[in-house]
Amino acid sequence: MSGDAPGVPDGDTATIDRSSTELDKVVIRFAGDSGDGMQLAGARFTDASAAFGNDLATLPSFPAEIRAPAGTLPGVSSFQVQIADFDILTAGDQPDCLVAMNPAALKANLKDLRPSGTLIVNRDAFDERNLAKAGYEVNPLDDGSLTGFKVIEVPMDSLTKEAVKDTGVTGRDVLRSKNFFAIGLLAWLFNRPQEPTVEWVEQKFARKADVAAANIAAFKAGYTFGFATEATKTTYTVKPAKLESGRYTNITGNTALAWGLVAAAQCAKLPLFYGTYPITPASDVLHELSKHKNFGVRTFQAEDEIAGIGTAIGAAFGGALAVTGSSGPGIALKSEAISLALMTELPLIVINVQRGGPSTGLPTKPEQSDLLFSLFGRHGESPVPVVAISSPSDAFANAIEAARIALKYMTPVILLSDNLIANGSEPWRLPDVDQLPDISVTRITEPNGPDGAFLPYMRDVHTFARPWAVPGTPGLEHRIGGIEKDAITGNVSYDPANHQLMTDTRAWKVKNIANDIPPVEIYGDDDADILVLGWGSTKGAIRAAINRLRASGKKVASAHLTHLSPFPANLGEVLDRFDKVLIPELNTGQLRMLIRADYLVPAEGLNKVAGVPFTIGEIADKIMEMMES
Amino acid sequence: MTTPTYTRADFQTDQEVRWCPGCGDYTILAAVQGYMAQMGVPKEKIVFISGIGCSSRFPYYMNTYGMHSIHGRAPAIASGLAASRPDLDVWVITGDGDALSIGGNHLIHALRRNLNIKILLFNNQIYGLTKGQYSPTSEVGKSTKSTPYGSIDYPFNPVSLAIGAEAGFVARTIDMDRPHTQAMLEAAHQHQGAALVEIYQNCNVFNDKAFLQLTGKEERSHNRIDLRAGEPIVFGPNGDHAVVWREGKATVVDTASVPTSDIMVHDPSRLDPSTAFALSRLSHGPYGPTPVGIFRDVSRPTYEDAMSHQLVEAQEKRGPGDLDKLISSLGTWTVD
Ligand code: SF4
Repeated sequence: MSGDAPGVPDGDTATIDRSSTELDKVVIRFAGDSGDGMQLAGARFTDASAAFGNDLATLPSFPAEIRAPAGTLPGVSSFQVQIADFDILTAGDQPDCLVAMNPAALKANLKDLRPSGTLIVNRDAFDERNLAKAGYEVNPLDDGSLTGFKVIEVPMDSLTKEAVKDTGVTGRDVLRSKNFFAIGLLAWLFNRPQEPTVEWVEQKFARKADVAAANIAAFKAGYTFGFATEATKTTYTVKPAKLESGRYTNITGNTALAWGLVAAAQCAKLPLFYGTYPITPASDVLHELSKHKNFGVRTFQAEDEIAGIGTAIGAAFGGALAVTGSSGPGIALKSEAISLALMTELPLIVINVQRGGPSTGLPTKPEQSDLLFSLFGRHGESPVPVVAISSPSDAFANAIEAARIALKYMTPVILLSDNLIANGSEPWRLPDVDQLPDISVTRITEPNGPDGAFLPYMRDVHTFARPWAVPGTPGLEHRIGGIEKDAITGNVSYDPANHQLMTDTRAWKVKNIANDIPPVEIYGDDDADILVLGWGSTKGAIRAAINRLRASGKKVASAHLTHLSPFPANLGEVLDRFDKVLIPELNTGQLRMLIRADYLVPAEGLNKVAGVPFTIGEIADKIMEMMES
Repeated sequence: MTTPTYTRADFQTDQEVRWCPGCGDYTILAAVQGYMAQMGVPKEKIVFISGIGCSSRFPYYMNTYGMHSIHGRAPAIASGLAASRPDLDVWVITGDGDALSIGGNHLIHALRRNLNIKILLFNNQIYGLTKGQYSPTSEVGKSTKSTPYGSIDYPFNPVSLAIGAEAGFVARTIDMDRPHTQAMLEAAHQHQGAALVEIYQNCNVFNDKAFLQLTGKEERSHNRIDLRAGEPIVFGPNGDHAVVWREGKATVVDTASVPTSDIMVHDPSRLDPSTAFALSRLSHGPYGPTPVGIFRDVSRPTYEDAMSHQLVEAQEKRGPGDLDKLISSLGTWTVD
């Protein structure tokens, strides 16, 4: 099977002898109560698929509340994964298979399930109480409303209880294993190897033998249940993907970002300092970095967002590769301090893992609505470079890129990620660590002015970066600060011409970086009429839409921006080559506004702020609509 | 490494000092520069970080490394610097508005974390740079530009606040008394960990003579309580007042009215902060008998030492960071 509508076929096309049916891709969604361990189940299934060699992409979705009331719609947590035997770019538009652990999970997710898709439900959870909590007046398992799907009813609670009864777990721990029952069943249905999951459980619960035994027992029971009852007429196989040769790991964006920072520090030959304050969805970067003290990483959980960046500025002054990280509301609090870093011209990376806003907004949902805020969300004339990550694995390289710019140009750099990248995962072809770029800079150690004077704002003639003199260097004692500084001596200056010069210089310094970043590349047909321009996490959906249309014979091209400030030097020329420009964004048209303003191009937007990513279909449809108009 | 010998002039910069003539900041600057010359630390190792306010111009006048940062955030910036560079000698210059109003959060957390930073809090009980509004240490009823009917804000007692925030070292001194100021600077510097020195600083433009009770010749002889380690706490022209423990608090009495054995003997090294706190409650502003000197001087491990220790331990246990190992740590598979 191939093309746009594969997935788990219905009974008509399946082979009857229970031999396996081959699929090129399948989208599976696990949905349950936030206490049901759906994220863990999804991650385990994903890792087993990764180990098997599939390409994959994941999309977790969870409530903002840690434990929303059990059994209710707001408490539903889900994890979607697409596995494929080819290079896929998103977690898929529509699940082919939905696992619903309770009525609320069914209600919240059924609308997304592909017609005639496979629906696996935990029958035991469909009791009166749970049905009422989910707002069902009649049991959907009994009223014929699910006839359009291939329903597999499994009494998961009772089977799990039975499976774990000799493992020693008691009380609430018993039913905790039912997520493993579910992935055991899926492991059978999709012919996943069992070893990765069993090994993971053994390692993870090495100190809790009973829990390990219960999870493994439940997992095996799920597998055996499928096998023994012939739960479906066929099982399905998705062969390993023919990815570029190399060593792969499955990685989330936040982990890749943290590792990228560790790598950046090594590439810069500097100690890494991360000053931050916990916030969803950026906290995992702190969690990950705090594990790697043997790399000399210093993490500082500050008293608030402002102190988070404050400590990073202090560390930057002291000569570290300094980083702060947050999400929109936290970045707003850091705004004044970013201006200080910009004014004192210290190297600093400011990570913004964007989420739905404004205010608390949708803390666990993706949005790209902080682009203009990144460019302009400060007082005064305050240009900073902005770099955007476009997929989970892309975070690694762009952490290094942000560090390169910050150090080379002595400037704060905003590094944008979002909820989709942060928690989503994909296979990542591991780089050869010896081939990572050298981004080290020379810190000044001798006076640079007449008579042994040190002139802290005497700039490099190429980059316009000021020298970085770190405390401890004899003879270079100097003072920096937020007040405007004389263009050479760095002394406080209120001179009108000097402020003009310094303002222009700071702007020019950032603009000039355009000559030091890769040109934007065209993907698809050079001679197409339409260019789809994107940035950030929409890359996968845009590329998949382009691939789909080109496969059906249409001519279309896309370009994806990593550098949003400054734009690559060739962007204007690229835009000029196309009649029409479409800019899909998970905001109300922020890049579109910039492109229109900077290049006077009548770009059109495809905009969505619904807390969910674009589907491939949405983008493809919009392109078609523009082609036909 | 031998430390060069310095004079006060080595710590002066070519920048014109721009405080109002007669401002208490001048005498504090002279005291600090004078102390730095004898401190025994190479000047390239010294960093002054300040926030915003009159006093926060201070780093520009110190020929050391320095940063004049943003309002209230100096303790946070200094914390990051000290945590990442334990080899440096980090000083924070702040004022009552900077440290206790906009930057209150950073101050208390820097103190409780116990970074090895020395915080000099210039308390003039007024906002000077913004031309005369009441501050979080101004007295209730104070008439200022923003309180024409008198302030209704109850003030902080900075020493009480610092002790409450788990500070290991807390002292108070007065701008006019250079030897005392320098003694407090030295004690703060000797202390391993966060130190807060409240310096009563006269703003002769917007709040002149706020500290008269402690600086006027006649007044100070009645009101200044010098806390000296190991000595009974007595004050007044002929030592005629004493501090005793009564009804669960430190109380001023006539020395003659109590047996000598009742008089509190000052011990800033007491682990429990209750006594230090009680002494800080003898006054709530410089309006009557007010203690100066070291209230508390108790060491505990510093944040940066603990942090460095964890780094060393991790390296001993797991070896120096190996990037390839790190990126392979979640399990890998190979595609041919
Ligand atoms: S306003 Fe007051 S505190 Fe500020 S410089 Fe003048 S006298 Fe000093």
